[in-house]
Amino acid sequence: MKEDSMVTPSVYFFGTCLADMMYADSAMAAIRLIEREGYEVVYPMEQSCCGQPAYNSGFRDDARKVAWRQVQIFSKDDFPIVVPSGSCAGMMKVHYPKLFKDSPELFEVKRFSERVVELTTFLHQHAKAQYTDRGKPVKATWHSSCHAMREANCIQDSKALLSQLGNVELIELERERECCGFGGTFSIKQPEISGAMVSDKVADIVATGASVVLSGDCGCLMNITGHMEKENVNIKGQHIAEFIWERING
Amino acid sequence: MASNKDFNFARNVAEALADSQLRANFRFATDTLITRRSTVFASPEETEHLREIGSIMKKNVLANLPQLLEKFEAQCTKNGIIVHWAETATEANEIILSILDEHSATKVVKGKSMASEEIHLNPYLEKHGKEMVETDFGEFIIQLANEPPSHIIVPAVHKNRKQIAEVLAEHVEGMDYTEDVDVMLANVRRVLREHFKTADAGISGVNFGIVETGTLCLVENEGNGRMCTTVPPLHIALMGIEKLVENLEDIPAIYRLLCGSATGQRITTYFNMISGPRKKGERDGPKEVHLVLLDNGRSRIMNDPQLGDVLKCIRCGTCLNHCPVFTRIGGHAYGSTYPGPIGEILVPQLEGLNPKGAIATASSLCDACSEACPVKIPIPEIIRRMRDESYGNGDCCNVAGHGYKKSCMETMVWRGWRWAQTCPAMNKVMLKSLALFGNWLPKVGPLKAWTSVRSAPKFGKKSLKDLVKKEGVRHE
Repeated sequence: MKEDSMVTPSVYFFGTCLADMMYADSAMAAIRLIEREGYEVVYPMEQSCCGQPAYNSGFRDDARKVAWRQVQIFSKDDFPIVVPSGSCAGMMKVHYPKLFKDSPELFEVKRFSERVVELTTFLHQHAKAQYTDRGKPVKATWHSSCHAMREANCIQDSKALLSQLGNVELIELERERECCGFGGTFSIKQPEISGAMVSDKVADIVATGASVVLSGDCGCLMNITGHMEKENVNIKGQHIAEFIWERING
Repeated sequence: MASNKDFNFARNVAEALADSQLRANFRFATDTLITRRSTVFASPEETEHLREIGSIMKKNVLANLPQLLEKFEAQCTKNGIIVHWAETATEANEIILSILDEHSATKVVKGKSMASEEIHLNPYLEKHGKEMVETDFGEFIIQLANEPPSHIIVPAVHKNRKQIAEVLAEHVEGMDYTEDVDVMLANVRRVLREHFKTADAGISGVNFGIVETGTLCLVENEGNGRMCTTVPPLHIALMGIEKLVENLEDIPAIYRLLCGSATGQRITTYFNMISGPRKKGERDGPKEVHLVLLDNGRSRIMNDPQLGDVLKCIRCGTCLNHCPVFTRIGGHAYGSTYPGPIGEILVPQLEGLNPKGAIATASSLCDACSEACPVKIPIPEIIRRMRDESYGNGDCCNVAGHGYKKSCMETMVWRGWRWAQTCPAMNKVMLKSLALFGNWLPKVGPLKAWTSVRSAPKFGKKSLKDLVKKEGVRHE
C-alpha cells in the first residue's frame, strides 16, 4: 500500500505502443493494479512509442525524435513513470541517456530516465502490493523477456508478485534465459532464425505442462502466442498484469 | 571461406537451419560450454569483479597502445625475439613467407591461431609451396576436411564424434574407422609426432603479449602449441596488436577470465610463457623466434571511441556460445573468420559493411553476449552502430561501406513511423486505421515474414487511449 501521506500520490503511466495497438486490456489491468495500491494514475494522451523499433533497426535519428517527444510529454510533473514492459522500460531507462549522450537535452533526459520504473518493480518494491488469489488452481509458466532480465532487472519482482498467488503453480522453463526470437524488427528481418528460436521456446513451454504462459512483455507474448496459434498449441499467453487482476478478482 | 563476392548470408542461414544434424551439434556444444562456464564462474560477485578488472585492463592497454607497443617491441628485442610489423594481411603473409624462405623451411607445423585465419595464411603459404600441418586436434580435423573453423575456440565443433571419425578414416593413411575417442586421439597424436619431428618451422598465435617482460603467452590444452613453439628450429608467432597486457601481475586475472569463459576451466593444461629463443648452453628450444605484429585495420578501429571497444576482445568465444542465433546457424553461415556476436561487430569493420554488414542483422539484441563477455564489450550497442552505419544514419561514419544499405523506401517507412509517433493527430489516425483495417492487411512484406511461422497479429478494436477515456482514468 502507498506510503503514509495526506494526499494521494500520483504516477504517470506509459502504456507502450503495443498496448495501444493490441494489448489495451493488459495495460488497463496494469492501471487498475496501480490504482488498487492507492495511487492516482495519470495518463498523458500524447504519448506513443519508446522509440526502440527504430533504435534497434539502424534509424537512430528517428528514434531520438520519438524519444524526445516522450521525455517532453512526461516531464510536466516529477511523477514516477510506470511502464508495463521490461523492454520499453529498459529502453527509456538505459538507452535514452545514451541516445542523448552528446546533446544539450541530456540533463532533462536523465531526469526522465531516473523516474522510469517497470510495472512489477513498482508494484512489488514501491507499492508493496499484497494479493490474495481467488482463482482456481492453475499451472503456469513464465517467460522472462531479455530486456526485463538484463536491462530493467525486474524478473525477481515479477516472480515475487506471482508467488503470492496461492493457487498458481509456477513451473520454470528449462531455458528461461534464452531469447524467444522476437527482437522487434529482427523477427521480420531474419524470419527464419526468429522462427527457429520461437519454435524452440514453444517446445520448452509445452514441456512444462502449463496451461498458461505469462510474461511482462507484450512483444514476446505476441511472438510466442502467434507461433502457438499457428501450430495449434492450446496454451494461453497472458500479460502478468491481466493475469494478476483476474486472479485477485476471482 | 567464401569470398565477399559470393557471400550470401540469407542463403547461408537457410542452409544452416535446414541441417538438423548441424543444429543438434551446435546446441549440444554450446549447452556444454555454457554449463561448464557457469561452474567456474559460480559467484556472481566475484565474476563481476573479475570482468571489471578485465575490462579496465584492456581499456588501459588500448588507451596507451602506441607507447606500449614500442615498449613491448623493445622488451622482446632484448629477449632475442625478432619483431616485425605488418600493417595489412598481405604484409603479414609476405613477412612470414620471407622468414621461412630465409631458413629454407618448407614444412610448417601450426598451433591454433585466429589471427592466421584472419589473414588466410595457410592458403597463401601453400600457394608458395609450403606444407602446412595444423596440430590442434580440431584444426587438424577441419584441415583434413578442407573447411574453415566454425568457432573461435572449438574449430570443429560443427562436427560430432561420428563425423570426425569419418574424416579421420577417410583422410589419414592407415587409420581405421573408430568412434572411440581415445583411439582417435592416440592415432592423431602418433601422426602429429612425426610432423613435429620433421617440421622446419612452427607458427603460433599469441594470447597475451606482456609488455613489461616481452613475453609471449600461449594458452592451450593439448600440448601441441608447446611442441610447435619448441621442437622446430624456427618459431614464428603472429599477434594482433591489441593482444597486449601491460604487466606480468595482470596475467592471473585475464588468464582466469579467458579459461573460464572459453572452456569453463579454472586453468588450462598448458600455459606457455615464451621469452625468447634457445640461449647459449641450453639444449632445446627454437634457435630463432620471430614475432609478427598485425595491424590489419586495428589502429583504424581504435581511433573511434565506440568501435575501439571491439579491440578489448580476448577471443574466448563465450559470446558465440551464449548467442541464440549462433547456436542455431553455426559459425560457417557468417562467412568470416570471426562468427557470432563478436564477428558481427568486428568483421564489418575489417572487411567492410558491404556485404558483411548483413551479419549484424542476425541478432535479436537479447544482450546475452554482453552479459557473458569477460571484458564487458557492449556488443549489442556496437551491433546497433553497424546497423546505423549500414543505412548511413547515426552520428558517425567510420566504417567502410557506410550507407551501403540506404534505401528511399525504408527511410520513408521510418519517417512515416516517426510522424505517427510524434504527432498526436497522426497517431490517432494510425491507431484508428489499424483497429478498422489492421486485421485485413494483405500478408505481404513484413507481415508475410511474420506470418511464416506465426498467426497474424490481432489489432484491438479499442486502443489504450480509448479505454483510458472510457474508464475514467485521469488523462491530460
